Amino acid sequence: MTDENFPSEMYREHILELYKSPENCGELKNATHRHTETNASCGDEITMQLVVNGGKIADVKFCGSGCVMSVVSSSMLSSKIKGMKVEDAKKLSREDIIKMLKINVNAGRIKCVVLPLYAVKNALK
Amino acid sequence: MTINNSTAKKLKDDFPIFKNNKNLVYLDNAATTQKPKVVIEKIKEFYENSNANASRGIYSLAEKATEEYEKARKIAADFIDASSEEIIFTKNATDSINSIAYSLESAIPNGRDEILLTEMEHHSNLIPWQQLAKRKNMKLRFIKIKSDFTLDMEDAKSKITEKTAIVSFVHVSNALGTLNDAKAIANLAKTKNAFSIIDATQSVPHMKVDVKNIDCDFLVFSSHKMLGPAGIGILYGKKELLEKIPPFSFGGGMIKSVSYENAEFAELPEKFEAGTQNIADASALGEAIRYLEKIGIENISSWEKQLLGYALEKLKKMKGVEIYNPGIENSSGIISFNIKGIHPHDAASLFDSFGIAVRAGHHCCMPLMKKLGLQGTIRISFYLYNAFEDIDKLIEAIKKIKEKFGK
Ligand SMILES: Cc1ncc(COP(=O)(O)O)c(C=O)c1O
Repeated sequence: MTDENFPSEMYREHILELYKSPENCGELKNATHRHTETNASCGDEITMQLVVNGGKIADVKFCGSGCVMSVVSSSMLSSKIKGMKVEDAKKLSREDIIKMLKINVNAGRIKCVVLPLYAVKNALK
Repeated sequence: MTINNSTAKKLKDDFPIFKNNKNLVYLDNAATTQKPKVVIEKIKEFYENSNANASRGIYSLAEKATEEYEKARKIAADFIDASSEEIIFTKNATDSINSIAYSLESAIPNGRDEILLTEMEHHSNLIPWQQLAKRKNMKLRFIKIKSDFTLDMEDAKSKITEKTAIVSFVHVSNALGTLNDAKAIANLAKTKNAFSIIDATQSVPHMKVDVKNIDCDFLVFSSHKMLGPAGIGILYGKKELLEKIPPFSFGGGMIKSVSYENAEFAELPEKFEAGTQNIADASALGEAIRYLEKIGIENISSWEKQLLGYALEKLKKMKGVEIYNPGIENSSGIISFNIKGIHPHDAASLFDSFGIAVRAGHHCCMPLMKKLGLQGTIRISFYLYNAFEDIDKLIEAIKKIKEKFGK
């Protein structure tokens, strides 16, 4: 059994910790914007809920179910955009997400980590 | 040649991929299989020695190419007990189903407005029929699966009626491993004069499939899932039916004579093979079938059964592993399962870190997953070159993944 690569570059401690107790996870009753994005290839479903006030994202929470990658990305992205100007949030890219995660995301898993990004973008449309 | 654990490991030597990826544990054979050296060499050999357009030129090189192409057709025909005229080369199983869904359109008798599928179809045997149903204003119906993951044959009986135009069903489910009783379902269709179509993509590579015995109207499969190259597939049709129905694709190679206004179509099988064909890959498929026959398809089946039994037994003993499989009697060498608390995509990434290739997701069966209330599954699938050690490594990996990731 060769396991020097286990659990693979993607599953670093900071990722796993956050997966076990994600931040910003739950319902946001007073959300002004919300959108659910699904990943057709695995059935993951992430709903982003935002409170927008005066052109700024005042509060964010996410809910749904997904793999480690999509949950961690949702959690981090929620923290990242809290307090951000709507205009700036709209400009976030795939690359920003990968930078935010601080890991090398395998090509096959890019779809997982950008799921919350598209949920945010579509919520703000 | 009967296969046992040591011969299976030896067989790996025939496949260069295992030499070039030393620690590869390949358990994704339902997605595509690895290629033996003889198949890879055949493609090279064709382009280096026999390349010309088949059925066109009248010089000797072109005849050589035609010969290679037709030889492959004969090998494929013999493999499933068909005749050469009944074998149409396509791109893949999906292409075969799409072609037949178009060609059958005009052959559907008035008053028959139902297309019957099963709840376990691959998207390839679902969407072409959804589209036909939309074009012709027909109704789709589905044979139910039971809680043990087998097909409900009583439901099949009740749903195949005088209203049924087409019964198209999967022989072996790529998501569950379930082996359906093709002969019984084809027979039900026959008694009601409905067309029967079998998606044999996951059966022909792994077991003896005899179209005469099953007595179906059409049957499809893909080369790349049976040691052959991608880009070539088979559509089998009963001769008298293929003669009757119109072709779907038109152009060069499929005609007898042409005027500016009209064309007379060629005889079988050319009638259904418009345009320049994939000769090299067809001949390599022929080589793949030869390789399978040399080992013996029944020997492959029985080895895969042993692997299946071994893996099921080990998986069943593991806490937190949920298995979706109809049991050894009703299953081909495919097992779907989940590890509690671990998303199938994470599991697949983690298996990959051990060099183990498995599939994760909905396996192109989204409606089935939804019905079963699953987000997706992890799927392992065997072929002749897998050995018990491959399964042992999988089990070891599951233990480690559970230790680290179980919430
Ligand atoms: C049962 C079944 N049918 C059809 C297909 C489609 O095969 P292809 O992609 O080669 O056309 C597959 C492939 O995964 C399959 O497993």
